[in-house]
Amino acid sequence: MTTRMDITARRKPANVVLYVVCILLAILSILPFWIMFANATRSTYQVQQQAISLIPSSYLLDNLKVLSGKTFDPIVGFINSLIISTGATFCAVYFSTLTAYALVAYSWRMRQPFFTVIMAVMMIPTQVTSIGFYQFMYRLHMTNNFLALILPSIAAPATVFFMRQYMLPTLSLDMVASARIDGAGEFRIFNSFVIPVMKPAMATQAIFTFVTSWNSLFMPMILLTRKENYTMPIMVSLLKGDIYKTEYGAVYLALAMSVLPLLVVYFILSKYIIAGVALGSVKE
Amino acid sequence: MQPGVKRIKGVSYAKYGYLFSIPFVLVFLFFSLYPTLYTAVIGFTDLKGVTTTSFNFLKDPFANFTGILNNATFQKSFVNTLVIWIINFIPQLSLAMLLTYWFTGRARNIRGEGVFKVMFYMPNIITAATVAILFASIFGYPVGPVNSILKAFGLASFDFSTSPWASKLIVAFIQFWMWYGYTAIILISGVLGINPELFESAEIDGASRGQAFFRITLPCLRTILLFTLITSLIGGLNMFEIPKLFNWNGGPANETMTTSVFVYAQAFSGTYLYNRAAAASMIMFLIIVALSAIVFYLMRDRYEARANRQARQAKRALRRARKGAAA
Repeated sequence: MTTRMDITARRKPANVVLYVVCILLAILSILPFWIMFANATRSTYQVQQQAISLIPSSYLLDNLKVLSGKTFDPIVGFINSLIISTGATFCAVYFSTLTAYALVAYSWRMRQPFFTVIMAVMMIPTQVTSIGFYQFMYRLHMTNNFLALILPSIAAPATVFFMRQYMLPTLSLDMVASARIDGAGEFRIFNSFVIPVMKPAMATQAIFTFVTSWNSLFMPMILLTRKENYTMPIMVSLLKGDIYKTEYGAVYLALAMSVLPLLVVYFILSKYIIAGVALGSVKE
Repeated sequence: MQPGVKRIKGVSYAKYGYLFSIPFVLVFLFFSLYPTLYTAVIGFTDLKGVTTTSFNFLKDPFANFTGILNNATFQKSFVNTLVIWIINFIPQLSLAMLLTYWFTGRARNIRGEGVFKVMFYMPNIITAATVAILFASIFGYPVGPVNSILKAFGLASFDFSTSPWASKLIVAFIQFWMWYGYTAIILISGVLGINPELFESAEIDGASRGQAFFRITLPCLRTILLFTLITSLIGGLNMFEIPKLFNWNGGPANETMTTSVFVYAQAFSGTYLYNRAAAASMIMFLIIVALSAIVFYLMRDRYEARANRQARQAKRALRRARKGAAA
């Protein structure tokens, strides 16, 4: 009895430290966004007087009016980002699953070398070869063409790797064989039997591919030079320019508009996202 | 390990393995391998100017490379990249380890563990461009929340954007803030993957929790830790949005310029020196290839490699036996 109380007594201070640290970190995550949302509703004059406030004000519409006359166009940016990210996500998830299926379900001579190549190039970011990519796209007249940002995700080595690791223990090759005996073609087996089995893995990868594509700045900024093609991050990067220098409230509002859709999606899917991040390390 | 479906009723399915890999292979060759080789080639040429596409090879093929390696701005950006990465990674890993230690204690039941994880990971999914400009506004001068706080405490307001060290520290802090939650979740799930019997037998042997952490958890996490280190370093070497946007193009006086910002500035502004930018990219490419080679050896499926080797040996033995029988 006494020993037990000793243990609880000893553990308590450590627990307090734990909760204090965790709560401080949580506040650290929220605070910048809170200030941003609050300032988005405050006038430039209010921000100038006191730039930190956790209480919203009533100048949201005025800030919106200031924004609407300038280059930052959240609707165009949103639509462009949505088209590119949706296209890239579909390509990456569908074709990576197909490639993983080729690696798991069939024995072919080049299977192992092919998988080795995929693993070898998995970690290399596309950013380091952007100069050649840009020149190549420029010659093909594909700058300002969304396909230049969508099609490359058909070859997503890291996604293929993840899909293969998930498929190995999950997919029953006996079931594939019995579907064959029923007379189903190979491509049909993939679409109507393999895809449903792979849905959880595809959903996880879809979330991460979408977020990565939505947030990327380097490649879109190089390729998309026309204003009507700008994505959301390019629009955001313009907020650093001189025309916004003193429009404090409007800049915060623009930032808030770029964050809001991501936060909504994040809090709806957070459970799956956290599980997906954890899975990435377990499945390796 | 996995038999694969080779033949049913004498039909070979191997061709479907090739067929289903075609989209990946074509797109990889077209959009990935070719641009990589093209970047390498441009590094040996005189390609510059905004709409230029034709080029000549240089008489001294390595002129761009030696030029870049001797370029003071490139050297500075390379050092900056490493410095910013290190001052972000050490606290990031330390905090992630502390959280892992706390969140994997079996005796403790942390209330709101899920909510904490969601909060810690949140900055990671927000657009880096937005985060950079948001922090630029927060540390703004003369008008900005941090300066408001300084004023409230009766301190003089401070222009963070003109101080080299303040700028570097803030960029590193943003990286830390965006990535510690990710690292913590990876490490926590790594610890949860360790065989619990190891901890049970350590407890029976009278090991303290600290001993168990240093003698069991850390050695078991070695691979994941190395993986985290190298992937973070590769990411760090490509750091772009934060240093580009926090303090316009790596300011003040290139103090927060990273190699990616340097490459972007060389290729897509001013005189459009594609050849110099390509040479700088290739230098970074080689460093990253060396780093990812380490990851490759870490992650390679050892069991599978062994199984394949055994299968090959068995096949060879069979062939030899058949030949012997024929002779």
